[in-house]
Amino acid sequence: MDFIDDIIIDIKQLTFSRGDRYICKNIDIRIPRGKVTAIMGPSGTGKTTLLKLIGGQLKPDAGSILLDGDDIPRLGRHELFNVREKMGMLFQSGALFTDMTVFENVAFPLRVHTQLPEDMVRDIVLMKLQAVGLRGAAELMPSELSGGMGRRVALARAIALDPALVMYDEPFTGQDPIAMGVLVNLIKTLNKALGHSSIIVSHDINETLSIADYIYIIADGGVIAHGTPEQLKQNDAEQVRQFMQGLPDGPVPFHFPASDYATELMEGR
Amino acid sequence: MQSVIANLALLGRSTINRLAAIGRSGMLLMHAVIARPEPFNSFPLLMRQLYSVGVLSMVIIMVSGLFIGMVLALQGYTILVDYGSEQAVGQMVALSLVRELAPVVTALLFAGRAGSALTAEIGLMKTTEQLSGMEMIGVDPLRRIIAPRFWAGLISLPILTMIFSAVGIWGGLLVGVDWLGIYEGSFWANMQNSVDFFDDVVNGLIKSLVFGVVVTWVAVFQGYDSVPTSEGISQATTKTVVYSSLAVLGLDFILTALMFGDL
Amino acid sequence: MRIRGIELGVGVFMLVGALSLAMLAINVSGLTLSKQEGSYKIYALFENVGGLTARSKVTMSGVAIGQVTNISIDRQKLMALVEMEINADTDYLTSDSSASILTAGLLGEKYIGITTGAADDEILQQGDFIEDTQSSLVLEELIGKFLFNKASE
Ligand SMILES: Nc1ncnc2c1ncn2[C@@H]1O[C@H](COP(=O)(O)OP(=O)(O)O)[C@@H](O)[C@H]1O
Ligand SMILES: [Mg+2]
Repeated sequence: MDFIDDIIIDIKQLTFSRGDRYICKNIDIRIPRGKVTAIMGPSGTGKTTLLKLIGGQLKPDAGSILLDGDDIPRLGRHELFNVREKMGMLFQSGALFTDMTVFENVAFPLRVHTQLPEDMVRDIVLMKLQAVGLRGAAELMPSELSGGMGRRVALARAIALDPALVMYDEPFTGQDPIAMGVLVNLIKTLNKALGHSSIIVSHDINETLSIADYIYIIADGGVIAHGTPEQLKQNDAEQVRQFMQGLPDGPVPFHFPASDYATELMEGR
Repeated sequence: MQSVIANLALLGRSTINRLAAIGRSGMLLMHAVIARPEPFNSFPLLMRQLYSVGVLSMVIIMVSGLFIGMVLALQGYTILVDYGSEQAVGQMVALSLVRELAPVVTALLFAGRAGSALTAEIGLMKTTEQLSGMEMIGVDPLRRIIAPRFWAGLISLPILTMIFSAVGIWGGLLVGVDWLGIYEGSFWANMQNSVDFFDDVVNGLIKSLVFGVVVTWVAVFQGYDSVPTSEGISQATTKTVVYSSLAVLGLDFILTALMFGDL
Repeated sequence: MRIRGIELGVGVFMLVGALSLAMLAINVSGLTLSKQEGSYKIYALFENVGGLTARSKVTMSGVAIGQVTNISIDRQKLMALVEMEINADTDYLTSDSSASILTAGLLGEKYIGITTGAADDEILQQGDFIEDTQSSLVLEELIGKFLFNKASE
């Protein structure tokens, strides 16, 4: 991997299984510092699982995940707590705490990780909310927000501590085109302005191609291709083309494995 | 032969799963209860849970207690009046409430009212990734979410039980004295002669404390361990009510045998 | 504002709980705080205590003055040995008092009734025995006697 000399996360030979099914098998992924890296792949291939492994919420069966030299699976409780201060994560469903106001949601990581005085917490929270354009919604409850606004609040919370790494789990899914555009711009500008590294998990190809500096495509527990958006567009491996162009059938079958169609129809007689 | 083996394997698997669940719930309880102080003030969290678990259950407990006390007095009267000992209605109402009915009925109502709500709330938090989100921020959801709910249940149930008893006895007084015309003096005197504070009232409270642990434990565990889908939550809620009610009734028998068996 | 409401609610909850406990203690179980004045123990031997249990009342003229604390068999005399706890302020039981096992109502609970003897006799102290005792009436024995008498007529 020539293009990267400054990497923030180095995943080596990572293996994780649920029951007797491998979700990841001997995966190698390197995330460059200060860039936007996308991890793409069909639903259910373990993208969320991968983010949870990076966050230390799940323990892999084998392999290492180095974040600035700390091997996350081998950290103790206390060290993990400190490492998580460097990570922000935007969950697929937003994961806003429904029993707190928007303000308290964004203030939560600050209160947990810092002993800042109340007026400084207030300033930081309002700054972050301003950055996502929702300062006016500070006193609303999460139930009073639309889906797109909820995502943006969750984003404000994810960057509250100015983390070195922000992970986005399918930030565009289920958003209307306007909210989607807003989010794409936000992710791009925040990444530039705050200088953190971003990992985006997504299967929205166009949006992802437009903001990612580097892309990994995973399927069936392994990395099937990686490269810059340009490189991937040129890639003519069949599996990659199917995914990049959104073809319904190909190496990733449209049909769930089943017995022969005609035979089964006839059986009913 | 084949099917015998298959069934045996099934039995084994479900036993293992059940034991694993009991093990997980034990771990959960340990982590939640032996909680090191977190970097936030846990008192407001407990307050809020006491409110939603205890205060909001108060009305249903009072209404049920009142009616059960009234029914007991009415039933007791129709039986006791045949033996000319209707003054014993007070004693009968008080003893059955304090020893048995208050702890058990309160625990059952609590399981339905507060236990199911706890399970659904925690399950929904899991489904919407709030628990994961909290963990990623560096807060252990066991301590922040589970622990205050557990303690609130533990504290609330004995208090609710006392309220149930008191209101029930008052209901018995209403029916027995004001309606059926038992002399109030002998109503209270009989009661005071037969009810012992430590043997009856305190034992009843010990029961309710045990029920509090069990019901809240089952409720938070089912929520925490639920399958994060809407179907999973509804199953978990049902399980909470069924398991904790059965546990309360079974434990009540054991506790009664231990406490009053040798009298 | 919302926090205030919660605190208020929890406060009311605790208060109602405390009031209930007070009612259960004072009105329902007749617990009096001044009961800790002390007590002394006296003993009595009965032929038959049928139905008397620990915690049964000890009364004098119908007024409760203590309770039974233990019942066992006296190994020498092979009779029931009843240990009673008498309130310290009942300091006028004479050594010629008699104790009998009585029944409250037809089928009611058993209790001990004490009647004092001559006023100038010695006062019972901790560990003393009441010599004059009358056993519980056992219904089966009464019926048996009655039938026997009838038959021998
Ligand atoms: N808690 C869990 N228990 C068992 N299997 C799970 C659990 N979470 C996810 N999985 C399985 O792991 C696989 C990967 O899930 P996930 O990482 O959420 O996929 P993605 O985010 O790529 O859609 C899925 O097939 C899913 O069924
Ligand atoms: Mg996912």
